Amino acid sequence: MTRKGFFAQNPSALIFIAVLALFTLAVTLMSEGLGAGVISTSFVKTLGKTLCLCLVALAMDLIWGYAGILSLGHMAFFALGGYMIGMWLMYARTEEIVVTALAQGGLPASDAEISQGIATQIFGVVGSSDLPAIWAFAHSLPLQFALALAVPGLLALIFGWLAFRSRVTGVYLSILTQAMTLALALYLFQNDSGLRGNNGLSGLQNLPGFGDSSQDLVSIWFFWASALALGMGYLTLTWIVSGKFGSVIRAIRDDEARVRFLGYPVEAYKLFLFTLTALIAALAGVLYYPQAGIINPAELAPIASIYLAVWVAIGGRGRLYGAVIGAASVSLLSSVFTSGRLPNIPLGPVSLNWVDWWLVILGLSFVAVTLFAPKGIGGLFDRFQRIPTPARKGAPLGPDDGSLQEQEAQP
Amino acid sequence: MTALLEVSGVSVTFDGFRAINNLSFSIGHAELRAIIGPNGAGKTTFMDIVTGKTRPDLGAITFGARAICLLGLNEARIAQVGIGRKFQRPTVFEDQTVQDNLILALKASRSPWRVLLWKPKASDLARVQDLATEVGLGDQLQRKSGDLSHGQKQWLEIAMLLAQEPRLLLVDEPAAGMTPAEREQTTSLLVDLARTRAVVVVEHDMEFVRRLNCRVTVLHEGAVLAEGSLEHVTRDPQVIRVYLGRG
Repeated sequence: MTRKGFFAQNPSALIFIAVLALFTLAVTLMSEGLGAGVISTSFVKTLGKTLCLCLVALAMDLIWGYAGILSLGHMAFFALGGYMIGMWLMYARTEEIVVTALAQGGLPASDAEISQGIATQIFGVVGSSDLPAIWAFAHSLPLQFALALAVPGLLALIFGWLAFRSRVTGVYLSILTQAMTLALALYLFQNDSGLRGNNGLSGLQNLPGFGDSSQDLVSIWFFWASALALGMGYLTLTWIVSGKFGSVIRAIRDDEARVRFLGYPVEAYKLFLFTLTALIAALAGVLYYPQAGIINPAELAPIASIYLAVWVAIGGRGRLYGAVIGAASVSLLSSVFTSGRLPNIPLGPVSLNWVDWWLVILGLSFVAVTLFAPKGIGGLFDRFQRIPTPARKGAPLGPDDGSLQEQEAQP
Repeated sequence: MTALLEVSGVSVTFDGFRAINNLSFSIGHAELRAIIGPNGAGKTTFMDIVTGKTRPDLGAITFGARAICLLGLNEARIAQVGIGRKFQRPTVFEDQTVQDNLILALKASRSPWRVLLWKPKASDLARVQDLATEVGLGDQLQRKSGDLSHGQKQWLEIAMLLAQEPRLLLVDEPAAGMTPAEREQTTSLLVDLARTRAVVVVEHDMEFVRRLNCRVTVLHEGAVLAEGSLEHVTRDPQVIRVYLGRG
């Protein structure tokens, strides 16, 4: 093996970064904030959010596609990151409003009055006027940003430690992760959870301190930040999976007992990956929710994490660009079909309503991909390059549940 | 000479069935040993216990000059202290190249952080090339190991074991499914390996055991029935009763 540069070893990473850069430039030039105004600000936000979803899909591909751990709870980490940054956004924004309002009284307001005002503003909706203890750091962006990574990271670390230490694998682990995200959602739905119950946090699109900047500009800033995060995430994960570490985790996916007998602490690797991917998901959430403007406990519903798995499966698991393509295409299509702007198609006695039928279409395409194109959309690239599928007479590449199947593999 | 592996008074019960019954066994630092016994004698369970897959109910196992107790260690730690295992079916990572498989096995730190920052040195790549050449896969380094023939996979797995540089090698039925020529090659390889380390071979095939020309331990119902040269144990009346007579 000769020594080659990073991009020479991973040509797809170079292509990906180039495409992402061109895309970012094109959107900037067409935006209302800095360009010709061809595309609307709300569409720039949709694109920015899509980039964040692509970043979580990358994390999902790392843990499921490469390491075979089908986590159905990663959107919980995404949403927790959003909640944590949302607390600062909401607090700081409300503080601005309260200070302005009190200043109109003539006398400068005392700290106690300001904090009382903020608490009433934020928690009036759930019938409370006290700031819960978990909002103690909400006044500070650095602290709350640290929490946005620390809270999901610690949750993943503790959950993963308990689950992997007991050697929970396969479908049982998937169920356990679903239970985790469902339990969190149910907890957050309560009014006394301290995060405004089912109202969630809102007004997150308003950046405190940038009240003068229009949403046209703010949306472009977040779009850039999302593109940067996705690009950095892609390069980092490419580096992780292309080295010996990637070799170990693919080995764990296919035959973890054998990896143990080689002396690798399999549980430590799984915990490492689970926590790392939770952190990536949290970072994506931090960038996503200011663009979405609102977050509520429904974001932690198990279905969100199942979507994540569907994106990766449709894009093609075990290849990073597959995850990005899957997440981008399915989530964009989903926003087109559920926008309500597509005309209904009359079919005799019934009419095909896209909003209602979109889930059916998605379900059918998921089944179709699983049955007929296990490599997903990413498999098209193999076809262009004439990379065949190995003929293994239906034998998977390892004994474990998550192992790569014959039709997903390359010879 | 002190023993490398010392198993004393080990018992293990599965759902009331005593698979291993007060078994004691020891092997020196550079020794070849064959373990034979009828089906259900506890040969595989014995290997599972030594490699940490199964926890014994009773007994003690110590390893190495410093007599490390193996009972508190998990599979990965036991592999790290120097016990390698070859399974009956060839188990290689089929989606990865021969080179990747060998690099995985190569003796190096196993911790996630170290592995993340690991880069192959020229000496590592040279070692991988040597190992592959030694087992006849020198020109197959970039091939996915899933595409290799059954025999080639066996050899790749053996090369991986060598890359691990274990001090004790447990080999489960190495002759199964091999051609006579391959058996010959395997025999000389095992004898050769046992000059520098301990090798335990579990085998059904008496002809193969005869060719290994080493001390033999006969297991029966989870305990040692007889131990000594093959000549000695085949003349033992108890062994004859278990293997041949059944009465």
